[in-house]
Amino acid sequence: MGKTLAEKILSKKSGSDAKAGDIVIAGVDLVFVQDTTGPLTVRQFQASGFKGLANPQKTALFIDHAAPSPNNGLSNDHLLLRQFAQQTGAIISDVGGGVCHQIVVESLAKPGDVIVGADSHTVTAGGLGAFATGMGSSDVAVVFGLGKTWFRVPESFRIVLSGNFQKGVCAKDLVLHLIGQIGADGATYKALEFGGDSVGAMPVSQRFTIANMAVEAGAKVGLFPADETTRNYLAEQGRGEHYQPVFPDADAIYEQTFNIDVANLEPTISQPHTVDNTAPVRELKGTKIQQVFIGTCTNGRLEDLEIAANILKGKKCHPQTRLVVTPASRQVLVGALKAGYIQSLIEAGAAILPPGCGPCLGLHQGVLGDGEACLSTSNRNFKGRMGNPEAFVYLGSPATAAATALAGEITDPREVV
Amino acid sequence: MLKGRAFKFGDSISTDHIIPGRFAHLRSNLPELAKHVLEDADPTFASRVKEGDFVVAGNNFGLGSSREHAPLVIKMAGVKAILAKSVARIFFRNAINMGLPVLICDTDTISDGDELEIDLAVGTVRDVTSGNQFTFGKIPEAMLRILDEGGLIPYIQKYGDFKL
Ligand code: SF4
Repeated sequence: MGKTLAEKILSKKSGSDAKAGDIVIAGVDLVFVQDTTGPLTVRQFQASGFKGLANPQKTALFIDHAAPSPNNGLSNDHLLLRQFAQQTGAIISDVGGGVCHQIVVESLAKPGDVIVGADSHTVTAGGLGAFATGMGSSDVAVVFGLGKTWFRVPESFRIVLSGNFQKGVCAKDLVLHLIGQIGADGATYKALEFGGDSVGAMPVSQRFTIANMAVEAGAKVGLFPADETTRNYLAEQGRGEHYQPVFPDADAIYEQTFNIDVANLEPTISQPHTVDNTAPVRELKGTKIQQVFIGTCTNGRLEDLEIAANILKGKKCHPQTRLVVTPASRQVLVGALKAGYIQSLIEAGAAILPPGCGPCLGLHQGVLGDGEACLSTSNRNFKGRMGNPEAFVYLGSPATAAATALAGEITDPREVV
Repeated sequence: MLKGRAFKFGDSISTDHIIPGRFAHLRSNLPELAKHVLEDADPTFASRVKEGDFVVAGNNFGLGSSREHAPLVIKMAGVKAILAKSVARIFFRNAINMGLPVLICDTDTISDGDELEIDLAVGTVRDVTSGNQFTFGKIPEAMLRILDEGGLIPYIQKYGDFKL
């Protein structure tokens, strides 16, 4: 009987014939934490009585959520992580490096890997064909010590994508549309596996955007096959040797199949306060927006800044709308500087923040005021998400964000591209 | 047998409702963090909840981030179990790892303030106030073993490895 991507990867890593519903114990190829979940992980690791890390070179600590630190509480958490890295030999990425998930896909994740992170958007690396999922600090502490963890092998939903996107429509619109269709708990405990004609041509940056948001439908992983596009990306990153093909079997069994012709999609937005509260952007035209935020592990990549810069080049943001841009990583920032995107954005009125999570989770930088609305390229719009339960967060694509920054109100990017 | 009051919440209570990111600076100061538990869903919860009470919710409780601090502060508030129609994946695993039972059942008939009696071994909930009695879904075997030891860290302290 054929296997899904999830079954294939977990079979290999557990050394068993893993089928949906089984409980397996699998080796972990990469485990990581960030600065808001890492300190508890370190304490749980120490409480467990482990003598050292199972694999220091496969263990990474990221200082990205509050970077640079806005207060002494978080600064002390950072100190703890730095000390832990020094004592154990773990990899550390400090202030200015960028968001954990972006650095993981740029430098660490390989197709076919099992990856566990103390952050729900660990699923991002599914875009490279890695079984990557988020867990809590205790689970991750045990992976630090044992180099393995237990999984329930998920059933898979297959999402078959065909056709080409219209101009002004991209992967973010697709994934928001999908979550709107199946609901924020529509794929709880499941793997989302993407395939179909549109996938081969889809750049990895868009695969990451989609995989990143799999968790917003409740999924355990969002998986793409590792194909020629993946091979080319890894080669560009100087790690072509990390490529191996990863595909599902043709006769794999899926719990459900969804077919989406992406040519039918239009710019889509999530309205406050749930991600599955989606609507076509045009239906919200005229909604005033005080802050536009472009960045995050969902849409803070070079390709996203390029889309925004092309729309904003030579123009000015609306006087009542501030634009905050946070490149996802140092590599993205350097690339955007070289390509002139940063200059275009700054001249249009943007404030550029250092690589990292920026205002995404509401703990510093760009916290909203009472009654204010933000159009964000991030992945969550829960009440209070951007630091103020009295504020409103809308989620959209980089093109929708840039068009909205120009007009000062929610705007369909097809009007400007 | 667990006995306590129900604190009723709706659907889609996210980890941001339970402990918002704006309190991230308190994550290494758990007693302070716990003062804000569920603040964005019910600002009065932290001051009213007592040892032995239950959180009762609708669908998809705990969606969102992987922050284990979410079930941890609920447990620190004295809550002995979470009852919900459905629970997000990471939250479910985290709650069990913290030694906090999560019971999947139809919570529609439970009202805020109802007195509940829960028999974890038999798998029943009795709503003393309304007189209703119902069962909850079985917790998977592997997780039950972790729960029985009081959570993942005590489990690992005892066995040193997974013995699922
Ligand atoms: S960018 Fe936002 S969603 Fe992504 S890891 Fe950072 S806080 Fe989480």
